[in-house]
Amino acid sequence: MSASMPVFVMQEVSKAFGGVQALQNVHCEIYSGEVHAILGENGAGKSTLIKIMTGVYQPDSGSMQLEGRPVVFNNTREAQEHGIVAIYQEPSLFPDLDIAENIFVGRQPVRWGIVDWQRMYADAQALLERLGLKLDPRTKARELSVAQQQIVEIARALSMQAKVLIMDEPTSSLTLGEVEDLFAIVRQLRAAGTAIVFISHRLEELFTLADRVTALRDGRYVATRMMSEVQTSDLIRMMVGRTLDELFPKQMVEPGEVLLEVEGLSLPGTFTDVSFQLRRGEILGMAGLVGAGRTNVARALFGIEPASSGRIRIAGREVRIESPQQAMALGIGYVPEDRKLHGLVLELGIDHNISLPILERFSPRGWINTRSETEAARHSAQQLEVKMASVAQPVGQLSGGNQQKVVLAKWLGTQPQILILDEPTRGIDVGTKAAVHALMSELAAQGMAILMISSELPEVLGMSDRIVVMREGRVAGIFEREGATQELLMAAATGAR
Amino acid sequence: MSTKRLHNFWTKWRWECLLVLLIVVVAFVNARASNYFLNSTNLLRMTSDFIEIGILILPMTFIIVTGNIDLSIASTLALSASLMGYLFMSGWNIWLAAGVALLVSICAGLLNGVLIARLKLPALVVTLGTLSFYRGLAYALLGDQAARGYPPEFTYLGQGTIGSTRIPFALLIFIVLALAFGLVLHKTRFGRYLYAIGNNKDASRYAGVPVDRILITIYVLSSVVAALAGFILAARFGSTRPDIGLGLELSVITITVLGGVSIFGGSGTLVGVVLALILVAILRFGMGLMNLQGQVQDIVIGMLLIVSILLPTLIERFRHTWHWQPRMLWQSLAALLVLVLFISFFFWSRSLILFR
Repeated sequence: MSASMPVFVMQEVSKAFGGVQALQNVHCEIYSGEVHAILGENGAGKSTLIKIMTGVYQPDSGSMQLEGRPVVFNNTREAQEHGIVAIYQEPSLFPDLDIAENIFVGRQPVRWGIVDWQRMYADAQALLERLGLKLDPRTKARELSVAQQQIVEIARALSMQAKVLIMDEPTSSLTLGEVEDLFAIVRQLRAAGTAIVFISHRLEELFTLADRVTALRDGRYVATRMMSEVQTSDLIRMMVGRTLDELFPKQMVEPGEVLLEVEGLSLPGTFTDVSFQLRRGEILGMAGLVGAGRTNVARALFGIEPASSGRIRIAGREVRIESPQQAMALGIGYVPEDRKLHGLVLELGIDHNISLPILERFSPRGWINTRSETEAARHSAQQLEVKMASVAQPVGQLSGGNQQKVVLAKWLGTQPQILILDEPTRGIDVGTKAAVHALMSELAAQGMAILMISSELPEVLGMSDRIVVMREGRVAGIFEREGATQELLMAAATGAR
Repeated sequence: MSTKRLHNFWTKWRWECLLVLLIVVVAFVNARASNYFLNSTNLLRMTSDFIEIGILILPMTFIIVTGNIDLSIASTLALSASLMGYLFMSGWNIWLAAGVALLVSICAGLLNGVLIARLKLPALVVTLGTLSFYRGLAYALLGDQAARGYPPEFTYLGQGTIGSTRIPFALLIFIVLALAFGLVLHKTRFGRYLYAIGNNKDASRYAGVPVDRILITIYVLSSVVAALAGFILAARFGSTRPDIGLGLELSVITITVLGGVSIFGGSGTLVGVVLALILVAILRFGMGLMNLQGQVQDIVIGMLLIVSILLPTLIERFRHTWHWQPRMLWQSLAALLVLVLFISFFFWSRSLILFR
């Protein structure tokens, strides 16, 4: 590692989206020939940072320097021309183009105004050999494995003379052997003097690969440390280290009998052998990294994508859930993660959205009694204090927080005994967040059983009676409220010892 | 308060109001152009030319509201009419033959519905396939011959009038069906589900709407109605040839879209669709009175469709972005060009009499 001058520097970089401060005065120095890890929880600002580096976003304030000269990137193309290239978790190749075409797409070598195919295939061949991929550059991208596709992406980066190569969770969909091969390539690039920015949730990977680590928390810079000087516990403290505030008005209730019992639930490729119990009056938190299979378990419990094996018991009786209708008949409600895609019909009014799952109640013989429908919808919208012009207002016109309230009103209308909340406070303002938390507490106190999936550890810790942590489709641990800490949950979620 | 109510009425029924206006204009021009237009005998006779299309637009509206399409209706119509004719020629009782044809049409609709709803295949491709398939079956049944000789109690379906009036019996069938479909679409749970599915299929599923079952139901409904239209058409002609109703699906979709049903699903009313039917009917009837060739009539209808889609899109754009964009210049010019062409064709078709 050269101690002289960093190849890429970010200084005091800030970025806000609407009212949300995604990054605040973050700085970061990256040297040639190092693997620099960026560490942080979901939503800590890692992806925003990368997108600023690669020109997808422009910072609100702050500056960037490449090899000592200030630079401004208006788009990804300008960043690439300066040698800053990113490859992502999911490779984004054109499946019907071959390897060489993918490497040189948009930058094909040209002679006399037409593409010089011969040179393009020769160059591609040379790049692949350098990366140790024994493949014909005429192979179509769709025939490649994910790992091979990633190597093609790296080849593309190399062909752009990348000085800084950003890798955003490149290992998340690779097998162990493929990870080893990828690391060998990364080490080779490092030896050749490329600066590598590496993002991974698997802490053990950072210890084998990274030279230095910069941690972000809530969009702020925490610290930069040498990997050789830190331990897992230090990393976790850097990531989470914040205190719980008064956002979580938790009422303590004595939980009742077991209402939902899940045993050995599996769906190949998404989750395996998931078991837990949910009691009346209990809020069971479900933590884990994105992609750990939490939402899939919820979808299986709600019959959207049923599990292929395992048992579900409700109030002691074994049940089969193969459609949302069946789940609803069993008293399950599901507030999905993506309210715009799955939670609401944005074009329809507040009233029609709230009544959609319970329309039968207003139309016993098929004919809708619109008066009682509107009245009921207005009543539940007002109870949750939805701010609206009229109850017929299309929900697409409401703010995120108000939309979430409509989704909640919609599902509370079904009077569920088990309510699954998937990221119930994502992307909503603090005021609404506190209101949603208060509502959850109250519902639990009334005897509802609540399964709350959340990627926000403070929320999980603040609201839950017990916490299930999932990792890579399995239950990694179940924790009681007392004794659960962010460090413990994070360790279980990442698999660190 | 009353202005607010007026505003609400306008935002909800804007398209229908425009259609009514167009109908009045066309009727006025027609009446000036020909003395034969405002003649109850002629008008009633004209309706019979549009009964089958009118019946077919009803289930098509349901399907397009859900964001799907059924290109196979005219072929299903031909299949049922041909099967009925074939069985009748083999000596079956006509009603028994029609009953069997109706059952087969249910199967045809089930095939469409299951492929689209359960196997998640795109409706456009599936019904494009069955368009050829069902028409092919019709040809296989009848070959190049025609089934004929239907008994009068059957041909009454297409040729008969009610009592001593001149009102065609088939018109009564259409009116009853239109009322039924309108009530179902706008007043029942089933209708509400159609709009929910058309706007967001996933969210509907998450809310417990039986999406697959509803899609299969409307495709079966579509085929059953197509069979009924086939019987009426065969009864009107007094015979069935396998090319019966060829290309009818395009007129049906044109009228449905002209009626304000978004081709992407989720919006539109049955009132609008019926108004569009009336508009196209009197437009064609007027041009027919002027002895205009079919091709010119097609040009006029085609222009009307493009204008009807172009103008609202453009108005929407203007409402959303108040400042002028260079792109909008071309869009406006295109809209203007089509509009001018439409108007010139429209008046040219009547010029002989208008400006004499």
